[in-house]
Amino acid sequence: MTKEELKQSLSTHLPTATFDEAGEFLNIIVTPAELLPLMKDLRGKSEYNFDYLFCLTCVDWKDHFMMVYHLMSKDHKHVLVVKAKITDRNKPEVETVCHIWRTAEFHEREVFDLFGVTFLNHPDLRRLFLEEGWPGWPLRKDYVDENMIEI
Amino acid sequence: MVIVGLCLLGFLVVLSFILGYMERKVAAFMQIRLGPNRVGPKGTLQIIADTIKLLFKEGLTPKASDKFLFNLAPFIMVITSMLVVAPLAFAKNFQIWDINIGVLYVSAISSMAVIGILMAGWSSYNKYSLLGAMRSGAQIVSYELSIGLSLITIVILTGSLKLSDIVMSQAGGWWIFKGHIPAIIAFVIFIVASTAEINRAPFDLAEAESELTAGFHTEYSGMKFAMFLLSEYINLFVVSAVAATLFLGGWMPLHIGSLHGFNHVMDYIPSSVWFFGKTFFVIFVIMWFRWTFPRLRVDQLLNLEWKYLLPISMFNLLLMTAIAILGWHF
Amino acid sequence: MSLLGEDVMTEDGEFVINMGPQHPSTHGVLHLKVWLDGEIIKKVQPHLGYIHRSIEKMSENLSYRNFIFATSRMDYLSAHMNNEACALTVEKGLAVEVPARAKVIRTLMAELTRLSSHQLWWGCTGLDLGAVTPFFYAFREREAINGIMEETCGARLTQNYMVPGGVMFDLHPNFQARTKEVIKQIKDKFDEYDQLLTGNVIFEQRTKGVGYISKEDAVSWGCTGPMARASGVSCDIRKLFPYSAYDQVKFEEILDTGGDCYARYMVRMAEMKQSVSIIEQLIDTIPEGEFQAKTKAVIKLPKGEFYQRVETARGELGVYIVSDGAASPYRVKYRSPNFSNLSALPHMSKGAKIGDLVAIMATIDLVIPDVDR
Repeated sequence: MTKEELKQSLSTHLPTATFDEAGEFLNIIVTPAELLPLMKDLRGKSEYNFDYLFCLTCVDWKDHFMMVYHLMSKDHKHVLVVKAKITDRNKPEVETVCHIWRTAEFHEREVFDLFGVTFLNHPDLRRLFLEEGWPGWPLRKDYVDENMIEI
Repeated sequence: MVIVGLCLLGFLVVLSFILGYMERKVAAFMQIRLGPNRVGPKGTLQIIADTIKLLFKEGLTPKASDKFLFNLAPFIMVITSMLVVAPLAFAKNFQIWDINIGVLYVSAISSMAVIGILMAGWSSYNKYSLLGAMRSGAQIVSYELSIGLSLITIVILTGSLKLSDIVMSQAGGWWIFKGHIPAIIAFVIFIVASTAEINRAPFDLAEAESELTAGFHTEYSGMKFAMFLLSEYINLFVVSAVAATLFLGGWMPLHIGSLHGFNHVMDYIPSSVWFFGKTFFVIFVIMWFRWTFPRLRVDQLLNLEWKYLLPISMFNLLLMTAIAILGWHF
Repeated sequence: MSLLGEDVMTEDGEFVINMGPQHPSTHGVLHLKVWLDGEIIKKVQPHLGYIHRSIEKMSENLSYRNFIFATSRMDYLSAHMNNEACALTVEKGLAVEVPARAKVIRTLMAELTRLSSHQLWWGCTGLDLGAVTPFFYAFREREAINGIMEETCGARLTQNYMVPGGVMFDLHPNFQARTKEVIKQIKDKFDEYDQLLTGNVIFEQRTKGVGYISKEDAVSWGCTGPMARASGVSCDIRKLFPYSAYDQVKFEEILDTGGDCYARYMVRMAEMKQSVSIIEQLIDTIPEGEFQAKTKAVIKLPKGEFYQRVETARGELGVYIVSDGAASPYRVKYRSPNFSNLSALPHMSKGAKIGDLVAIMATIDLVIPDVDR
């Protein structure tokens, strides 16, 4: 499917979602609650068939977190970026997708480690790079460390 | 007797220096590099420099290890490998101890090395050492069978366990030529199985550097580590010497049937040159496949022994018995 | 707690060993916790972070010119491709057209890097399987490629040759002649490689049927590069989304269906030949002209998000830049190939032997700084 077709199809599928077409790929922005059902459909429905999650990350926008999932279909060759906006900064939570794409298991642990986003139902949610009990979440914009140097 | 013992000890140390140097040079030759070439002429003193370094290194004993066994293990390794040297015939009329059960003695003592390895692996209190020791236990016990069977094929031909008798019986030609195909098969099996027995690549699973860091001697350092090296080189020499004695005629010169002129010329080469020449040839072969083959996996190693080498050597033994009884050999 | 760690033995009688972070075959500081039943692996758990240098956080404070060079230290064996990925992303944001000469130079350098990376991998695979000799043969050719790199880029490993808009300086006058010579030498040596390792009975036994991963699993675990192609997944970014000069050359995407260590080995061996062919096609026809497009001294990307993928020697590297219009990126994410490839390791090594685990790690071709970043 092309970018346009994908947008058409998805807007009928999920009317509450907003779209952003400024970049290279089509972006769909949903709430954390809508994320898991949407992801299941994107993987399961044959017209989408997004079988390859090639990038999973998070962006800290100071007032909210944006989870970013880059999806691609190996058959249809189309790419979609799914974004979930997490507004609760004190207790960021989102459903895990690692049962749909196994690669998400490590990527979600990385995001948990560096952003502090909790993934519900994740089988093994521990810090990945940093040691247990590391104070703070380093990739957040408000992270401070006594060893940090201002350039 | 004490003097002979001391001489032998000195000889074995010098020998392991030579083998260490040879191994480095052979490895370098295989690996398109030069090898040691800085210390002494052509790097010959490199191994002595290494020995001095190892002598002065602190021999650490891990805190949680079984200290007595940990320190005993390298000695057991060296002693067992040195004991096997006793009955070897180095040259004509030059044999330290011509015992009448020479072949049995060699195979009995050499299989005791596993005790040292198990002891080292167990007492180190290190998981890798333990795994290496267990592997080595399984390996040596298995390959012992093939070695025994291939030795027996020659014993059948000569009818004696005495090493001097075995050498004398090859005056008219070496067993590898006289014994038809079964002798060649037995020779090949002996080389393969004894490489496994002395834990050299491609059967170096007990050490398996890339898997178990250094296997059973992971925790050893300094002189205790050097003793493992020493015993490895002595074992290498012993195995090659036994192969040379049993299959390649020991110190016996190369004689071809009725070519008297040729045989006469061969007799002029000293017998010790014959013995060491053959031994070093076998050593070179073992080093050669050390530096060219990847390592086997532990189940493949045991498969090779129990599914291939053992049945083949049993059948081979049967064949050899038939040949010996019917007198088909030369 | 005993000296061996808190859990020597689990309740089921499984033996727990820690492979790494200091271990000869983990190629760096990877720490694997392995549960063993005798020699058989029950479970593997990777522990990462021993070389985590927070390159992503550092990039947030570096300018668009500088952050490129931090990535050389990620996958240091394909440093050039990492730099190229960042440069391409910045160029995408700026909408700059890269001169034709720079494109060809980038492609040539990337393929040389791929060759040298695969050669190192080949040597290390031999080493991990217990054959020491291939390592020296591999380094003989790798040394020649490093010599070319040194002459043109000034560095042998972390070349730092990419800038937004092109390459940092022009090629060394000797480049063409020397590359041709080296390529000829490498072509002659492929047979030697095969004789030394490929056809060896023990090598085949050690790798065939070991560490199998199916096509579906490979996609689900996000495996890319030679590892996924050995399972039959078509994932060569050079083919799917051509960048630089890859649309000008003819080459094959090597696919295998074996999915085991042997297939991964064969894919990489065949890929080396493809790299040689790409270099041969381009080396005589490097276009004349500028080697760098004009860019402003201080680069500021427009507000937005930019994503660029390249094929490194290990797989797909994705660079995701979020810009808020400032002189340094707001957020940079590197989707590194090894990170995803490693995540499949526990799945692949279940039920294997310790020796197999080493073979699997060797054929995944792990570079740990790329995992930890």
